[in-house]
Amino acid sequence: MKSAASFASGLLFGAGLIVARMTQPAKIVGFLDFFGAWDPTLAFVMAGAVAVYAVGYRLALRRRRPILEPAFEMPTIRAITPRLAAGSMLFGAGWGLSGFCPGPAIVAVSTGAFPPLVFCAAMILGMIAFTRFLGPGVDART
Amino acid sequence: MIGLAATLFFATLGRTAGVSGILGGFVGRAPGTHWRAPFLLGLMTAGAVARAAGIPLYEPIPRSWPALAIAGLIVGFGTRLGGGCTSGHGVCGVSRFAPRSIAATLIFMASGAATVFIVARFFGGIL
Repeated sequence: MKSAASFASGLLFGAGLIVARMTQPAKIVGFLDFFGAWDPTLAFVMAGAVAVYAVGYRLALRRRRPILEPAFEMPTIRAITPRLAAGSMLFGAGWGLSGFCPGPAIVAVSTGAFPPLVFCAAMILGMIAFTRFLGPGVDART
Repeated sequence: MIGLAATLFFATLGRTAGVSGILGGFVGRAPGTHWRAPFLLGLMTAGAVARAAGIPLYEPIPRSWPALAIAGLIVGFGTRLGGGCTSGHGVCGVSRFAPRSIAATLIFMASGAATVFIVARFFGGIL
């Protein structure tokens, strides 16, 4: 059941990315091109997702536990740390450079095109490097 | 749909739908393959189904393999270091008004914008 719920979530998430055209690097670079020909699409997509999740998340929390797990897993770190800043800066640079972030890149791999494959392979290497030297990471302990 | 998917994930499994965390944990062999791998497969399946249905989902931009590889490396490393990406921090964290996520989102957006500016201004948008 957990696998099914997880798979369904991933499928719906991927579908949402595709429909919103967030799997098109040109859309991402266009959004980040604040000083050039700005494409606001991503802002609307993100705002819509935030609006829905803001409600859905709070509704889900009305139950004492998730439907398929014994407890909700909430992030435990609250402080804005140097790691958060440095990591976000690095991520943003790679995102702006390629127009890919993890989700859309994984979806795009299914096209068999080389750029998403190259990006994902390198992304996985980067993650392995992190885990090897600094792991396990605040959001991947359980 | 993205918001619904994240809600479904949280309501059933009680976790943040942050792709970098899900993939990162999978790659780092954190406990929890039973819920990580299916999510990743779901993402790929969405792509495969769209492709089979002839729905356009990806067109390349002018980027060389070295540029893509470097981008991938720093996205992989950076998302783990920062604890999230556009889905984890940008959607889920911001929805919760989490200061960490709001800060992260502002920082990665600024960094992304600066990078796009540099590529456009100094490389003519081709790298």
